[in-house]
Amino acid sequence: MLAALRRSQLAQRTALLAPSLAIIGGFMVLPLILMAYVSILEKGTHGGVEWGTYSAEAYIKFLFERDLMGSLSVNADYLQIFLRSFVLSGVTVLLALAIGFPTALYIALQDDRWYRNLLVFMVTIPFWTNLLVRNYAWIILLRNNGLIDNAAAWLGLTQEPIDVLYTPFAIGVGLTYSFLPFMVLPIYASLEKLDLRLVEAAFDLGADRRRALARIVVPLALPGIIAGCILVFVPCLGAYVTPELLGGSKSLMIGNLIQNQFGAARNWPFGAALGFALLAIVLLAMMAYALRFRRAPGGGT
Amino acid sequence: MRFKGGVLAALAATAMTFGTSAVQAKELFLYNWANYFPPDLIEKFESETGIDVTLDVYDSNETMLAKLQAGAAGYDIVFPSGYMVDVMREEDLAMKIDTAELPNFKNVQSPHDSPSYDPSREYSAPYMWGTTGLAYDTAKAPELDETWEEYFKPRDELKGKIAALNDQVEMYNAAARYLGIDVCTEDPAQAQKILDLLMAQKPHLALYSSTGTIDRMVAGEVVMHHMWNGAAHRAKEQRESITYIYPKEGLAFWSDNMVVPKDAPNPENAKTFINWMMDPQNAAVATNYTGYMNAIAGSGEYLDESLKSDPAVNMPKEYADRLRPSKECSTAARELRDKVWTTLKK
Repeated sequence: MLAALRRSQLAQRTALLAPSLAIIGGFMVLPLILMAYVSILEKGTHGGVEWGTYSAEAYIKFLFERDLMGSLSVNADYLQIFLRSFVLSGVTVLLALAIGFPTALYIALQDDRWYRNLLVFMVTIPFWTNLLVRNYAWIILLRNNGLIDNAAAWLGLTQEPIDVLYTPFAIGVGLTYSFLPFMVLPIYASLEKLDLRLVEAAFDLGADRRRALARIVVPLALPGIIAGCILVFVPCLGAYVTPELLGGSKSLMIGNLIQNQFGAARNWPFGAALGFALLAIVLLAMMAYALRFRRAPGGGT
Repeated sequence: MRFKGGVLAALAATAMTFGTSAVQAKELFLYNWANYFPPDLIEKFESETGIDVTLDVYDSNETMLAKLQAGAAGYDIVFPSGYMVDVMREEDLAMKIDTAELPNFKNVQSPHDSPSYDPSREYSAPYMWGTTGLAYDTAKAPELDETWEEYFKPRDELKGKIAALNDQVEMYNAAARYLGIDVCTEDPAQAQKILDLLMAQKPHLALYSSTGTIDRMVAGEVVMHHMWNGAAHRAKEQRESITYIYPKEGLAFWSDNMVVPKDAPNPENAKTFINWMMDPQNAAVATNYTGYMNAIAGSGEYLDESLKSDPAVNMPKEYADRLRPSKECSTAARELRDKVWTTLKK
């Protein structure tokens, strides 16, 4: 009787899981396998791949350079491009956190429920417009003879054109702007559940505001902060519209590099290998992060 | 619209030519470059033939090729440049449609009736052709010489106010031509020279970008732009002082074509469309919209006056020997080119 019940529970659980497993399998695992397979094939003359002809050339090319004699030497070009993307994503995370955390805290501390919902709603408004369009808007704002430039000149703040478009600063502005909501929303979600009595208790025990924030609020919001950082960092790595439009495309990002391989360079295996290398690095970083922070909330910080 | 007179005649002609063979769905799927086909021309075609047209767009030959190679089916006509027609034929992606036997093929002007990539026009039909040169704003710069030197080694007053195309083929080829090197060179030493030139130019550029070129010139964001002639013409229409130069070392001359992919669902409708586009009035509408010349005799009288009078579009005869047809390079040459581009931007 009990065994039969357990069996039927198992069957029920399997049936309930099946749709999501099928979707993950069909739309994530299979494409990944295909990508891995393409990355170890020989490239076709005009793009595409030679099915069934295997080669490790794509992975060798990532780290080494073959000279005319066919001997290998270390080539850091691609690593340098990867590093640039990682640094840019890291800076964006820090900026988004610096702006996003106070914003989320402010929203969470509002007493009026209606006003609070309005603020959350306003954070999501940018999503109503396409990312590309919003980036073009920044071009119009930032360019010489643009809105900001003209306004600054009219107010007498500047004599020369401001020259900020097509600089790393413009990329930083664009990326932070684009991904800020991904930071605010998860932090807000964890702050909203924060029991304010804990903060009051901290004050009662003699903590000042900064101490209460550092010892009570931040640790309790940590899951949201981590989620926000990951949500900003990972898509930022693949971002290439913003660097291309606002940065003037003077330096390649991982995204541009991969796109080139499927476009003008016509080297699909190398493009797939680059995609795989990125995936591997991100996964390893996430795992290290997860292992490190798993202990934090329960660890009595 | 001043084309209305010909509508009935064209409709009757189309009906007579293809009326018997059309047993397919009344649909046609176009895959074209962005901003490269007039929307009202699609409406005109739909109302004259009753075929529903769906338009999808791409931003480079390579994007289109990659999509077809990845197995994208369902397009009836794509618009590749000359060298890409070669690639599509070699990759067995193009359908043999015998363009030369279509009734309106008689309108196609030489040399477009027999291009090197499809000498007897079995697989392709001409759409537009143009050049990639330099545009600059005469109001903000002294008069410039007709040479790539102004672009690669700019005068002091232009430094930082120049935009390049974000296109490795166009950039590499322009640099090669300036240096007198074959664009398909397989010699690493020559590729190194090209890289040196591009590296030296980079600090003087405001940006690399192939999109929004017209707006960038019109807004005065930059003074000089590596640009297609049709774009230069459209920029000039909004800012009088913009002019186009044909550098004396040679500039890219390209022609875009209509090709039916091998697995097209509606090949007969595609042929109807291609024949219809070789009609002088329809070709003229496309030229008036894009700012590029078509290859159809007799379309001249339907062109806007501003096109005829702009040397960027209506090229003066003395520049003819500066045009260099695009060509497809070997794998070794392409690898060198990609290496130069990656190093330039690493």
